Amino acid sequence: MEKFEKLTGLVVPLDRPNVDTDAVIPKQFLKSIKRTGFGPYLFDEWRYLDHGEPGMDCTDRPRNPDFVLNQQRYEGARILLARDNFGCGSSREHAPWALLDYGFRVIIAPSFADIFYNNCFKNGILPIVLPAEIVDRLFKEVSATPGYELAVDLPAQTVTTPAGEVMHFGVDPFRKHCLVNGLDDIGLTLQHVNEIKAYEQRRKQEAPWLF
Amino acid sequence: MAGKTLYDKLWDSHVVRCDDHGTCLLYIDRHLVHEVTSPQAFEGLRLAGRKPWRIAANLAVPDHNVPTTSRGRGIEDPVSRLQVQTLDSNCAEFGITEFKMDDPRQGIVHVIGPEQGATLPGMTVVCGDSHTSTHGAFGALAFGIGTSEVEHVLATQCLIQKKSKNMLMSVDGRPSPGITAKDIVLAIIGEIGTAGGTGYAIEFGGQAIAELSIEGRMTVCNMTIEAGARAGMIAVDDKTIAYLEKRPLAPQGALWGQAAAVWRELRSDPDAQFDRVARLDAAAIKPQVSWGTSPEMVVAVDGTVPDPDEEQDDVKREAMRAALSYMDLPPRTPVTDIRLDKVFIGSCTNSRIEDLRAAARIVEGRRVADNIKQALVVPGSGLIKRQAEGEGLDRVFIEAGFEWREPGCSMCLAMNADRLQPGERCASTSNRNFEGRQGQGGRTHLVSPAMAAAAAIAGRFVDIRELI
Ligand code: SF4
Repeated sequence: MEKFEKLTGLVVPLDRPNVDTDAVIPKQFLKSIKRTGFGPYLFDEWRYLDHGEPGMDCTDRPRNPDFVLNQQRYEGARILLARDNFGCGSSREHAPWALLDYGFRVIIAPSFADIFYNNCFKNGILPIVLPAEIVDRLFKEVSATPGYELAVDLPAQTVTTPAGEVMHFGVDPFRKHCLVNGLDDIGLTLQHVNEIKAYEQRRKQEAPWLF
Repeated sequence: MAGKTLYDKLWDSHVVRCDDHGTCLLYIDRHLVHEVTSPQAFEGLRLAGRKPWRIAANLAVPDHNVPTTSRGRGIEDPVSRLQVQTLDSNCAEFGITEFKMDDPRQGIVHVIGPEQGATLPGMTVVCGDSHTSTHGAFGALAFGIGTSEVEHVLATQCLIQKKSKNMLMSVDGRPSPGITAKDIVLAIIGEIGTAGGTGYAIEFGGQAIAELSIEGRMTVCNMTIEAGARAGMIAVDDKTIAYLEKRPLAPQGALWGQAAAVWRELRSDPDAQFDRVARLDAAAIKPQVSWGTSPEMVVAVDGTVPDPDEEQDDVKREAMRAALSYMDLPPRTPVTDIRLDKVFIGSCTNSRIEDLRAAARIVEGRRVADNIKQALVVPGSGLIKRQAEGEGLDRVFIEAGFEWREPGCSMCLAMNADRLQPGERCASTSNRNFEGRQGQGGRTHLVSPAMAAAAAIAGRFVDIRELI
């Protein structure tokens, strides 16, 4: 996993609550057996006017001019600004894979769905929870200011606006540690092999029908 | 000291270790695997040169991509075919038990787990699928995970987790006749919202839940994720134990008695503390129909589609407008005026034998309305299909004009060939009414099996209470 420390990037506002992972990456693309190549199909049904299928070349597909990602001023955005309960629904990790493949490394929202939030950290994406009033204000500032960028600092746990306003965010220490250092969870867990084996031994006595 | 909740008990018995910040290694007893969320996990294992930690803990089945028409011709779509073949070859390579597409035990992963006794009380059960919450109906801690976690479980038999908060959702009293588990859970989601359970493990309790059948309890737990919580669960009682007895993977002989005695303790202590308690009066629940594109957008069948102008909150109002525009419904439309194009009875929410019986009772001796282009019944597993055929339910459906299909996820998410065409409106017993979920541009209304059956006959929604 690619590590994450600091990032200053263009912000794109996606102004609707309860964006589900079916919308982030529609089911037909889940047939892929790879982890990469999902970026062109991110938000496929909102982004394009035709029906997308896996393997399609997206360069000449008709784009929906009303969809925010298609507006030129947001081209190259690295930070997605979202509303409540972002990433709800299906557990598909294809959703963070698609966001990452498109170029997003940070998502800011007042709240996230649990599984999606968790999946982001496993893929080098930083989901940041900020209070709803602040997110609301950011939405206004972003639309009012072309080229609006935020500076995100994970070690310091801050987001800084172009005006220099610094906002703090919370993050679980273990997740932060893994993301800042780009660590592989499985490798970390396998440092505890003996404890896992001891647990299994004990459990076999207590509940032998489980083994 | 206060007593423990069911969730506390399940959590505590599976902790391998915790660090100072409460990040724990949680041991996983059962890992269910399907074709969509596993290929990258197996690939990861191979690349790292790792092996599955405990092969017998895994059970695999293809369900999302499989055709529901005759299996003889295989899978036409080459991309779907490759994904199912990839599951077959991964299971063969690592020695994992798989119910392949032509196995009579094949079916939707959350249906076959309990059916086989692969899901047992007191277990931790995970699967790369958010509806893993279904298995909580057995007093298990069951939740969906992402593909990285699928790989983590395969490699270590553990997951890195933090404990959730405890929530009790109590459904008090008795529902009226015709009200099913599906109506109860839709009413719960309508009440607490799709993010109402975020951060919590929800225990469902109260008289209405205790009186549900095990299958009804699975329906309720299935949709816990639609209320924002990863895990939902229900205490073990005699019904739980009776359901599991003699299932192929359940303990047998002396071990059965020993296990059942332990399982009976799997309920919250009377003095257990919950971080949040929500209550719903069962008697007030009416048959539910979703009107929008989020499972919290539900109304009673005798109600009307809401008017966004009456919503005070700006974000919610805009979301309602967007939903109504997608659904092509004017505000204040009476629900019983909504005419349908298709009907889908199936999915891990409502494809078990009781669901099929409930739908067949409504359908018997009647005909599907002329405006219904397609009415599908997709049993949750091959064994359910066989059982239903033994009871003659297939004849009832076919004679009424339904199509009787092979088991799988089917039009719940339309990864196979079963789907809505743009603009089509469907009464569906599945769990998600998201935009495009059942096919791009398709419009989904979530209902119970009996309500879906009645809608197929009338061609529009009808109040099931008038038919029983
Ligand atoms: S039936 Fe639907 S919700 Fe259930 S596992 Fe299949 S696709 Fe997911």
